[in-house]
Formats: sequence, C-alpha cells, structure tokens
Amino acid sequence: MNDVVKIIFKRLGLGLVTLLVISVIIFSAVEMLPGDIAQAVLGQGATKENVAAMREQLGLDRPAVVRYFEWLGNAVTGDFGHSLVSQKQVSSAISERFANTLFLALYAAVIAVPVAILLGVLTALWRNTPFDRVANVATLTSISSPEFFLGYILILFLSVKTGYFPSLAKINAEMGFFEKLERMFLPALTMVLVVVAHMMRMTRSAIINLLASPYIEMARLKGVPGWRIITHHALPNAWAPIINVIALNLAYLVTGVVLVEVVFVFPGIGQMLVDSVTKRDFPVVQACCLIFAATFILLNLAADVGAILTNPRLRHPK
Amino acid sequence: MSDTENSDKRELLLEIQDLRIEGYADDKWVEIVHGVNLELHRGEILGLIGESGAGKSTIGLAAMGYTRDGCRISGGSIDFEGMDLTTANQDELASLRGAKIAYVAQSAAASFNPAHRLIDQHTEAPVQYRIKKRLESQEDAMELYHRLRLPNPKEIGFRYPHQVSGGQLQRAMTAMAMACRPDLIIFDEPTTALDVTTQIEVLAAIRDIVDQFNTAAIYITHDLAVVAQMADKIKVMLRGEEVEEAETIKMLEDPEEDYTKSLWSVRSYKRRQKYRPQGDAVPVVSVQNIDAAYGDVKVLENVSFDIHAGMTVAVVGESGSGKSTAARCITGLLPPTAGRILFNGEALPSSYKARSRDQLRQAQMIYQMADTALNPKVRISEIIGRPAHFYRGLRGAKLKKRVDELLDLIELEPRDFYNRYPTELSGGQKQRIGIARALAANPSFIICDEVTSALDQLVAEGILKLLDRLQKEFNLAYMFITHDLATVRSIADEVVVMKEGRIVEQGPKDEMFTPPHHPYTDLLLSSVPEMDPEWLTTVLEERGVDNIGEAALKKQ
Repeated sequence: MNDVVKIIFKRLGLGLVTLLVISVIIFSAVEMLPGDIAQAVLGQGATKENVAAMREQLGLDRPAVVRYFEWLGNAVTGDFGHSLVSQKQVSSAISERFANTLFLALYAAVIAVPVAILLGVLTALWRNTPFDRVANVATLTSISSPEFFLGYILILFLSVKTGYFPSLAKINAEMGFFEKLERMFLPALTMVLVVVAHMMRMTRSAIINLLASPYIEMARLKGVPGWRIITHHALPNAWAPIINVIALNLAYLVTGVVLVEVVFVFPGIGQMLVDSVTKRDFPVVQACCLIFAATFILLNLAADVGAILTNPRLRHPK
Repeated sequence: MSDTENSDKRELLLEIQDLRIEGYADDKWVEIVHGVNLELHRGEILGLIGESGAGKSTIGLAAMGYTRDGCRISGGSIDFEGMDLTTANQDELASLRGAKIAYVAQSAAASFNPAHRLIDQHTEAPVQYRIKKRLESQEDAMELYHRLRLPNPKEIGFRYPHQVSGGQLQRAMTAMAMACRPDLIIFDEPTTALDVTTQIEVLAAIRDIVDQFNTAAIYITHDLAVVAQMADKIKVMLRGEEVEEAETIKMLEDPEEDYTKSLWSVRSYKRRQKYRPQGDAVPVVSVQNIDAAYGDVKVLENVSFDIHAGMTVAVVGESGSGKSTAARCITGLLPPTAGRILFNGEALPSSYKARSRDQLRQAQMIYQMADTALNPKVRISEIIGRPAHFYRGLRGAKLKKRVDELLDLIELEPRDFYNRYPTELSGGQKQRIGIARALAANPSFIICDEVTSALDQLVAEGILKLLDRLQKEFNLAYMFITHDLATVRSIADEVVVMKEGRIVEQGPKDEMFTPPHHPYTDLLLSSVPEMDPEWLTTVLEERGVDNIGEAALKKQ
C-alpha cells in the first residue's frame, strides 16, 4: 500500500507545480488583456490625473513580477483581493457562487454517472441489438446539440408547454434543499444530456475491448452467464479508462457550464467569470481561473488515483 | 495411462461425427475443419497434435459446443452423453460448460481474471451451478491445490494471479477445471508457455489428477514428446483434416502416414559439431566479465564467453536467466555496468550510439517474433534494401541486384516476393525475411534470439538448415539464444548455460551433453521430454516428485 501512497503524493506534488505554472499563465493573460484597467473602471470621462491616481491606488504602477508574487502570496492564504467593481472581498463573492456551481455539478453527476455506466454496461451486453443502436443514436444526438439549444428545448417541453418544472433556476440561500433540487432540475438535466454520451460510449467500448481477452473466454467456458461476464469479469478490469472519462466530464460540469447558467439564469461561477472579464475586474477573473484550473487538476488526480486503486497489480503488490 | 486393456469396456462419453467448422474471412465463410470424427471413452486421454492452423484448438473448443467469434459449426454432430451439442441451445450449453466439460487454456496468466483472487474464480462455477456452497468449494479447492502439489495449498488460493508464478497458475487452472469434477477436460497446450523445468511438474500434476478422478481428456499440443507422456491414443491433424489415429505406442513406433513420419523425423536433424580453431585465434566476439542492470535491479553478473568465426554458441536458460540481456549488451542497446566486449580483439564502445557504422554493421540480430520485427507497412524490397543502402551505400540497380541476391540466398523467389508486404507471408517466410535483413549488412556475427520458438517444427527445421548453410557460406558466428534444448542439440557447437544472470556452465556441446553435469544443467537436461511414453514415469521415479520443477530449483 505504501507504493500507492507514494504515487498519490508524487501526483499531488506535480499537481501543485502545474497549478503554479497555470497561475503564471493566468496572470500574464490578464495582463495582456487590451485596454487599461483603471481607464475601464473609471469610464471614458476620467481625467489623466484620475487614471494615474487610480493606477497608483491599485498598485498598477509597480512591475508585473512584483504584483504577481504579491497576488500569489495572498492567494495561497485564500485572499484573492477585492473586486474592482463592487469593492467586496473576492473570496466571499466567489464562494457562494462556486458553491452553487458545485451543487449543480454534483446534482448532474449523481444522475449522469450511474445512468452512463448502466447504459454502457447494457449496450455492451446487448451490443449490436436495436437497444444498443437506439441508445447510441440518442446519446450522440444529445452530445451533438449545443447546450443552450438543449436547454431551450427542455424549457419548451418540460416548462412552457407542460409546466412540470420551473424554467428559471434562480436559487438563494434561504431555499430548502428540495426546493433547490426542483428549481435546478432543468439545468441539471441539460448537463446530464451533454455528458452521458461520452461516459456511456467509453464504458461500452472499454468493456467490449476486453471481451476478446482469454480470461473472458475462460469465463464463458466455465458457463458463466452473459450479464455476469460483463459485470464481474469485464467491468472490474475496464475501470481505468472509464474513470478518466468520468473525471474529464466532471471537470466539464464545473468549468464549462457558462451557457447553461445563462439560459437558466443560474447564479453560478461561470456567469460571474464572463461578467468580470467584460468589466475588467481582474482579481475576480484571476480567482475564477485559478479555481477552474485547480478543479481540473484535482479531478484528474482523483482519476489517476482511482485508476491505480482499481488495478489489482498495484493494490496487491507481490 | 491406467489400464488401457479395459478401454473397450468403458462407456462412450464423446462422439464427434463428420464435424465441419467454417471461419469467416474476406467476406465469406471458409471451411477450416473438414469432417473430423472422434471418439472418447470415460477416463480416456486423447492427444490431438498438429502444427499451427491444423484446427486442434477449434476442435477442442467445439467439443464444448463453443466456437470463437468468426467461426461456426457448419455440419456434423457432437454427441456428449446423449446430447447433441450442435443443436443444443445456449442455456443447455452453458450448464454443461464448467460443470461437465472443463477447459484448461494455454496461458494461465492471461486466462485468469487479474481482478479476482484465484479461489474466487475457482469457486465461481460450482457456486453458480449450486453443486457446492462457497465454503465447501473453497475447502475442495485447497484439497485440489494440495493434490496438485502447489505450495501452501491453504493460502495460495487467496492470492491474485499476478502474485503467483506461471507454473503454479497452470496447476491452479487445472484445479479450477476440476472444481465441478467434470467428465471431460480439454487441455489446450497447457505447458507450451512454460519453461522445461516447470513443464515437467505441471505434466506430472495433470497426469496424476486426471488419473485419480478418472477424467477423460483431450490433450492438445504441438509437442510430440509431451503428448507421448499424457495420451492413451493420438490423433494427428493437418490443415483441418485427420491424418491418422492410433494408440500412443503404435503411433510413436510405427506411424503409417508420411506426414506423421516427417513430424517424427524432425527431431533427428543434426549438424556436425565444430571445434574452436587451434592456437590463439582471436574470437569474433569476446564478452569479458560483464555486469548489467535494469535500473537498480542487477540482471547480469560476471558473464564471459567467446564466439569464434564460423561457430554457433547456444546460450540456454529459462525465462529471466539473462540470455536476451546479454545479447542487448553485445549490441550496445544496454551498456553494461562493468566488463568489456571485444570485437575481433578490439574493445567496442559500450553504447551503440558511440559505435561506428562499420562496428554496427558487423553485429546483426534476428528476432523471435518475425511478426512484430517486420514493419507491416513496408515492402519486402525496402525491408531488406534499407540495411544494404544504410551500411553499404547501395542504390538503384545495384541495390535491386543485391536484394534479389539476398532473396535467392534465403530461398524465396525474388520476382514473387520483391513487392510484397510482410502480412502476405507465412510465419516461416517472415522469419526468412528477418534473416535476409540481417545478411544485408554483410555481418560477421549474428544474434539469433529464439528464432525458431514461434514456428512449427517442420518450418523451424527449414530455418535451422538455412542458417547452417549461410554459416558455412559466409563463415558467420552465431549467438543462438534459446530455451529449447532439442534445438541446441541439433545445431550448437558450444553451449553456455545461464541461470539468474550468471553463467552456470559452459563448454563444447559434446562435453556439455555428457555427464557429469552441473546440477542445474542436469535438471534442465533431465526435464526435456523425450519421445518415450515411459519417460515421465521414469524421471519421476528417478528424481522423486519433490525433485522436479520449482522445488528442485529452490534446492540449488
């Protein structure tokens, strides 16, 4: 087991290095945004003196390298500075939004992952049957449609025409858990439809790839029934690629949901990021980007660890 | 092997009549088994032998009512205890498999599911069929492990496949086949992937257990000496057709068909042994006291041997003994950590990167798997032509002439093969191309790494004869890496025996094959099956069951 712990720490270390590199990229990208931040904040009518004073107040007159390390030093302690627009603490402004986004992602994942794996197993078991084809075509259609289109279709059929679910996903802290779930159902469903296909197809093909293995033939020749061959003999050896695709899709659920948030007016972090970019509110932009990057790195790390833990050779060393 | 005289009184268990099987290739069904008949009585062992493509495995699997993907049974009947397996439905077949007919595959390492413990795979079928409760079946597994002489029978089942050695896995698989006490077991080349010293104990274990439970068996192999130990009767197959069938002793002593006779005679091929030149001739290759390591793991220790011009030095040993690593050191792929390698008396730089083109040209390699050693997307002319161009700068008409010459040398008609791709060739032809590629560089030394072990015996013999002819023609020095002592006997001049990265013994072949041997050499030699059907019994009597295989290796 020591080996596994060692590998995890090594990956964690690498993840931190990656995050550091990304922080440099984020910082320089924001630096390179066209236009002057002080000018953007003060508006067109500001005098030169005002702009200069603003720059000094924001510390923009100092070299970028100094500002980078200052920002990084504070970020490590959880302090991302103050928003230039609202003057609020960035961390507190973000945390509520980020919690909402995480909640929505979790909601979608709790539905999507089991459904995708189940569909993957079933399509592998009944491969090349009408069920398999229908499932493939349906999920491919849903993945090929843009999220906003899916979202509006769902609103049209499940909200406007039938009134089953609310079309706006505006939630706030006072709402009860189930009320939130109801309000967020349509955006969650939209995201489920977007991610299921990828995970299902990977599950299906990972299992089918293994069906030619000698140990699967051995299981057949032992008279093991078809469903058990898939669930007991193929699936345990297929986890590594499946887990990787799940991690990628979970990361997408957290970081790629701007359009869904816009369609359903959901108070998530994606909308906030877009707003901040247009307003040149660079402390918020940097914080959001860093959080997204950390999410990606952590989920990929989790996938690596998951793949290691499902590998019997690593779990039970000689 | 027990009382054969009662065989006609035994009850008929399996009767296959006019079995035809088709395989799907190039958009059409092609018949690959052409009307085979087979009868098996209770407790009887039938040896099914033939070269690759003879349809042995296909027939073995068909005896379980199973065909691989892309194959189908197109005619005939398979009658097992009154049930016709060709017409039975999938449920009926599934209830038969594992319970009444069991299968032991060639590679136990690949045929055990890596994700589950051995004993859980063992108990799967009995629990599935409600023949035994899980705990009861586990007890039984331990009992079977004990009978198959596996170490720690109470504990070994709780390990995962990768934690157990190949020979042990093969015995665990035999135990698994026994789990429901089937009437029939299909053994599909169960010892082909094992080292000789391991093979012998697996053979002994299999023979004992089928005898103890009076289980009938179909034993599929390409190794005549192995089948001679195991079978009551032998059926010889060729390209999906039966050549002949007879009792084991009759088949060995007095085969009727020419094809069978040719199979038997392969083992008698021998080339005259050569001796080192007198005086102080400089060897082509001289390996002096080399050590080598993969990372921190030391794999070679103080290895020294010489190879003289025109001679063949066979390096023998089991998997993991360091044979191929020694070759990698000589070619410079793995620079040794100590010692040096001389070429015609001159020290070679340890890494291939530091060697001159002429030094590289002198030493060439031929590989075990011609399939993977030839680029499938490149024409034969280019495969052979490239080294000729690279080392000797040939181009245009001269290059073409040289390639034609090389194809002539390896006895392939240049006109037919010049523009072909490797995938269009048979295994033996591919290996010939591998030889031509090595020759194209005009080397003085060639490393042959298990070049015949993936080939059928008749084809392998052709390759050995070709290598011998080329050696005489060009005065080549060969380093012949192999685990097959029969090959060593037929072609080597000198023998180097390796074990765990060290040289155990070396010398001229005739001395090496006459006692007294080093104990390890002795173990190796005595583990090679012979055509005598009593061989295994005799060896077991002489050495005792605890002095073969892994147990014997440990004692050394």
